[in-house]
Amino acid sequence: MNFENLSFYLFAAVLIGAALSVIFSRNPVHAALSLVLAFFTAAGIWLMLEAEFLAISLILVYVGAVMVLFLFVVMMLDINLNRMREGYWNYLLPALIVSGIFLTELIVLIGGRVMFNKPADVPAAITSEGNTLQLGRLLYTEYLYAFELAAVILLVAIVAAIALTLRRRKDMKLVSSNEQFSASRESRLKIVSMPVEGGRREDPS
Amino acid sequence: MDFQLLDLYTLAPEIFLLMGVSVILLLDLFISEKRRNVTFFLSLIVLIITSILPWLFYDAEPRVIMNGLIVSDALGAALKSFLCVLIAVGLVYSKNYLLPRGLHRGEYFSLTLFAALGMMVMISSNHFLSLYLGLELLSLSLYAMVALQRDSGRSSEAAIKYFILGAIASGMLLYGMSMIYGATGNLNIEAIVFAILTGDADSTLLRLGVVFLIVGIGFKLGAVPFHMWVPDVYQGSPTSVTLLIGTAPKIAAFAFVLRLLAEALGHPSLHQDWSQMLTVLAVASLVIGNVVAIAQTNFKRMLAYSTIAHMGFLLVGFMTGSITGYSASLFYVLTYVLMALGGFGVILLLARDGFEAEELSDLSGLSQSNPWCAFLLMIILFSMAGIPPTVGFWAKLFVIQAIVDLGYVGLAVLAVMASLVGAFYYLRVVKIMYFDANESSDATVTYRTGLAIFGVNGLLLLGLGLFPGWLLSLCESLIESSVRTF
Repeated sequence: MNFENLSFYLFAAVLIGAALSVIFSRNPVHAALSLVLAFFTAAGIWLMLEAEFLAISLILVYVGAVMVLFLFVVMMLDINLNRMREGYWNYLLPALIVSGIFLTELIVLIGGRVMFNKPADVPAAITSEGNTLQLGRLLYTEYLYAFELAAVILLVAIVAAIALTLRRRKDMKLVSSNEQFSASRESRLKIVSMPVEGGRREDPS
Repeated sequence: MDFQLLDLYTLAPEIFLLMGVSVILLLDLFISEKRRNVTFFLSLIVLIITSILPWLFYDAEPRVIMNGLIVSDALGAALKSFLCVLIAVGLVYSKNYLLPRGLHRGEYFSLTLFAALGMMVMISSNHFLSLYLGLELLSLSLYAMVALQRDSGRSSEAAIKYFILGAIASGMLLYGMSMIYGATGNLNIEAIVFAILTGDADSTLLRLGVVFLIVGIGFKLGAVPFHMWVPDVYQGSPTSVTLLIGTAPKIAAFAFVLRLLAEALGHPSLHQDWSQMLTVLAVASLVIGNVVAIAQTNFKRMLAYSTIAHMGFLLVGFMTGSITGYSASLFYVLTYVLMALGGFGVILLLARDGFEAEELSDLSGLSQSNPWCAFLLMIILFSMAGIPPTVGFWAKLFVIQAIVDLGYVGLAVLAVMASLVGAFYYLRVVKIMYFDANESSDATVTYRTGLAIFGVNGLLLLGLGLFPGWLLSLCESLIESSVRTF
């Protein structure tokens, strides 16, 4: 068993362990962290397949952005676990049926090929340069225009998000602390001299 | 890779517009609330210069640049130029409407310019990728603009509806595009045409793709039965945004359909399929648009249904798949956007702080309080109804002529009958303006520039109606020189 095989089995074992822990851990934060580990090891396996662009984007996009957001939401939401577990046995049967269908479909689709045929050899890369370089070359030359347009769409998304959310709500009760500190006695209370009782001109009734 | 510096000259309008909007976006941060007019005038200047640029760098013969993503032709140059002028005029109309409603903000103008950029990309696309990206750029800007009035419940509702249905439509379009990619192995329009001609493409998959594309196009154009969003969005958005949605994107949508169906999938075997589907959409739009508009009491909603009917007419001309049909449709869409510009423009002019002027009853007695405005609106409504000597008559006539020449007499009769029904509700508005007395009416327009532009707009419809020949021959020559038919 050479080093490559050894590391593949290591990664695969960690990946399966992490995936199982996503499902079985009772604490949603632990589940999210296990998912991060699963993504990380999957990225490792992709790296071994020389698909380094996929690996990098998996780590940058999923681990870096999506999972952080996930964790954030899970921590913010304060999910009541007992309420989520209600009706577990009611959902079990439909869930088993659906996953049974999934499994059969998978077996029909790929099972025969994997079980009875020798796995196809991984096609050798056309050039020795990495696929990040090749993708980048295509993206910045042939699809330059489309790439720029995608950037403009992102810019529009930023502008729109800010334009729609940055506003003063009418029902907001927040007060400016600066204004509060700079308040003086004169700005809050005005003493006016009023005529005494006898000086009243007309009867209010 | 065959990138040439010369290609950048051809892209000058888009590049200038993008640079302009970026500068405006940055500059607006440093402009105080009181001097927001600077942003407004800068946007106008950028749009006007952008409308001139296509004429300096256009190609008489279609020339494909940027590795097949973009095609430069006379049609693209003309439509881009017209589009920018149209948006600029729309902004002038909206000026006094935006101020009291808190919409006179830098983001409003920059989003308008971004939408213009998206439309320009759509118009000159030669690749499904750039078509889709242009469409998304346009749609995203419009979704945000509909929602800009955050405190209005109706406007938020309209934005949600527009966003969700628009996303579904984009999904359908993408699905159709992916099927065509699967069938032909390419996204480039010329390569798709080549694959279809050589018979390499899987025809079943191709047809299925066309179905999904038609559904997506139907959603985007607002053709029945995919029209549900149109009335709500037209009524719910701020009127200035309705004006934007109701005018310029129709031109871009025309170019989009032209590139997608006529150029990429115009092969006779496929044309047979999509022309039938378009006929169904067109007939349903003509009937439902015109009939349901009768029941409306809100002017904006009525115009929304009238848009649906007009889109039906556009599709009638388009389904023929012939040069005359496309030219008639181009003529129709160019004149229709001028009418819609005036129709929504008058609502903007009559609106004041706290008064939207969007109900039909708000127009009663307009002939007494503001005879000039009423006269111009009458011309616009006559034009929409297709009454000579306005240009709307010629637009309908050319479309009907094109289909009668090809033998679709039944469809022509139906189109005429539907327009006849449509004439009822247009004329009812004229009746409300001229014969319904309204003592409390004080529909004065203080905004002189807007009124002047409105005058030009209305008289243009009359003038084009008296001399329609040159515009038709222009449309024909544009289509002939630019559309690469089979």
